[in-house]
Amino acid sequence: MTDAVIECRNVWKIFGDKSKEAHSAVTERGLSKKEILEQYRCVVGVADVSFTVGKGEIFCIMGLSGSGKSTLVRHINRLVEPTAGVIRVANQDVNALEGPQLRQLRSQSVGMVFQNMALLPHRTVIDNVALSLELRGMTRADRHDIALEKLRLVSLDGWGDRYPDELSGGMKQRVGLARAMAADPEILLMDEPFSALDPLIRRQLQEQFLDLSKVLNKTTVFITHDLDEAIRLGTHIAIMKDGRFVQVGTAEQIVTEPVDDYVADFVKGISRLELVSAGKVMQPLADGQSSALFGPSVLATDKLSKLLQVAKEHDGVITVSDGKRPVGVISRYDLLNAVSG
Amino acid sequence: MAECGYLDPFACGKLPLADWMTDGLRWAVDNYRPFFQAVKAPVDSMLLSFTAALGAVPPMVVILVVALVSWQIAGVRLALGLTAILLFVGFIGVWPETMLTLAIVLTSLLFSLALGIPLGIWASRSETLYAVLRPLLDGMQTIPAFVYLVPVVMLFGIGNVPGVIVTVIFAVAPVIRLTYLGMKQVPGDVIEAMRAFGATESQLLWKAQLPLAMPTIMAGVNQTLMMSLSMVVIASMIAVGGLGQMVLRGIGRLDIGIATVGGVGIVALAIVLDRLTQALAKPRKKGEWLSRGPIGLVRSVARTSRTDSAQQLPSSAIKN
Repeated sequence: MTDAVIECRNVWKIFGDKSKEAHSAVTERGLSKKEILEQYRCVVGVADVSFTVGKGEIFCIMGLSGSGKSTLVRHINRLVEPTAGVIRVANQDVNALEGPQLRQLRSQSVGMVFQNMALLPHRTVIDNVALSLELRGMTRADRHDIALEKLRLVSLDGWGDRYPDELSGGMKQRVGLARAMAADPEILLMDEPFSALDPLIRRQLQEQFLDLSKVLNKTTVFITHDLDEAIRLGTHIAIMKDGRFVQVGTAEQIVTEPVDDYVADFVKGISRLELVSAGKVMQPLADGQSSALFGPSVLATDKLSKLLQVAKEHDGVITVSDGKRPVGVISRYDLLNAVSG
Repeated sequence: MAECGYLDPFACGKLPLADWMTDGLRWAVDNYRPFFQAVKAPVDSMLLSFTAALGAVPPMVVILVVALVSWQIAGVRLALGLTAILLFVGFIGVWPETMLTLAIVLTSLLFSLALGIPLGIWASRSETLYAVLRPLLDGMQTIPAFVYLVPVVMLFGIGNVPGVIVTVIFAVAPVIRLTYLGMKQVPGDVIEAMRAFGATESQLLWKAQLPLAMPTIMAGVNQTLMMSLSMVVIASMIAVGGLGQMVLRGIGRLDIGIATVGGVGIVALAIVLDRLTQALAKPRKKGEWLSRGPIGLVRSVARTSRTDSAQQLPSSAIKN
């Protein structure tokens, strides 16, 4: 892929004094995570993860706590050094960067938002937002101009002179988002940014983030432990467990074709209505089969929710078309099957 | 009576620790006296300038400055209280001694901070250094202060300058400890965020760690000051002048009058310094400074006259 903004190949992170030995043991002899812990007193954080994120994509990494997702995302701006593997960001090998280049990458190309906000409590909101610009040496007037503009972006204009402890959780995280975007980075790393917020605020911020994301076209790696969030935001979703990617795919793929019980368990509670499309559940018509079927018709890309609406008003079989001609049919039975999963 | 044996092994002989110390110190004096004399030089010049300054300024000016500063950092009430205390000190006739003691304490404080804050920062980054430093600090704080006096006299002589040095040794521990503590208390996520946005190590220190550790460091400064004050009395035994000297003379002559006057002076100085540093230790937001105390008063007066001379503005414009 040429337009990959972030590319990770075979990334390993093993914590502990003997991480190198543990790594060669695990690659040559295939020891399990538990054996590594027993024999080398090392903890496997990330195990052989590869992925690419294209320009403008939102790549969601979803996993429970301890699955290694936060560790993994910190490889992208090298807050964590990998034990093995290659990480390329914006066509640079991150691990080969020297001090000043690495700082330049961090302050200009990669913005980061943290779960616990991590704002500087002794600085005003505007000085927090302007942090990366200040660290880079921009003058006060210039960086305040930019910071004001970013505050407007997250609808917090007028709050610049306040201190973080005067803000609510949701507002703080909007400051965090503005801070990450201050340098206009190509890449955003979001480490469970909305997890600490209450559900209503979380929903609002997700929507605000999606809107911003569409406008600004940032490449985003988004960490979450909430599959709903991953599905709502992610262009692609990776399910992570014990340091490995169990499955990578679009939301529809993950929900309709879980690779194992672990993923299946996760997606059980997810509403499929807005995810699964008619093309997935129809019985395809054989080539040349008559298209002279009666009844209503829908597009192959229409979602189940649309199908339900149609089925409510019409009895019988629904025809699916690709826009020009019929390609399949869906019976009541097929539809109920698809909804129940 | 005591017989050498299993039951009383102490009677068999003793480790000549006292002799070792005596020999060791003599060796240090014989070989390194020039070095120790050189250490005295900066202390001496600093102390001289403090003494000269505090001696030359008229008492009422000193009181006015203290009053303005305390008004600025804490409020009118503290300013009034401290003014009353200082006036009292002047009227019981110990103003010159108080200023000398203040000069000694301030000099000790300056050197304690110059030594203690960098050491504390360094210790917070190196567990090895902290492991070495900790028992040393424990020792410095528990060994009776009198014990320091002997080697200090032999190496540095007697007088105010060795007095400052012995005070620094006695009082530097809290500022090291609390600087270490303050640095360790800086939240890890803030440090990570600074790194994630491209901070260099020195930016990390100056823009995040030190400001966040400052209240704790100031508590250490306050403790160091208080310990310096108590040491100044003990140091009077090696001919350090000032209030401590008065107390010592009072003890020597069983003169309750002079001992009380000296003691009251020390208490008064302690209150003034304690309240000032405690007020400084309170975390404050930077904009607040300019809108309070005498500076705030001057600014608001200036602003009012400016708006008066210009056109009439709504009152909200003046308030903000």
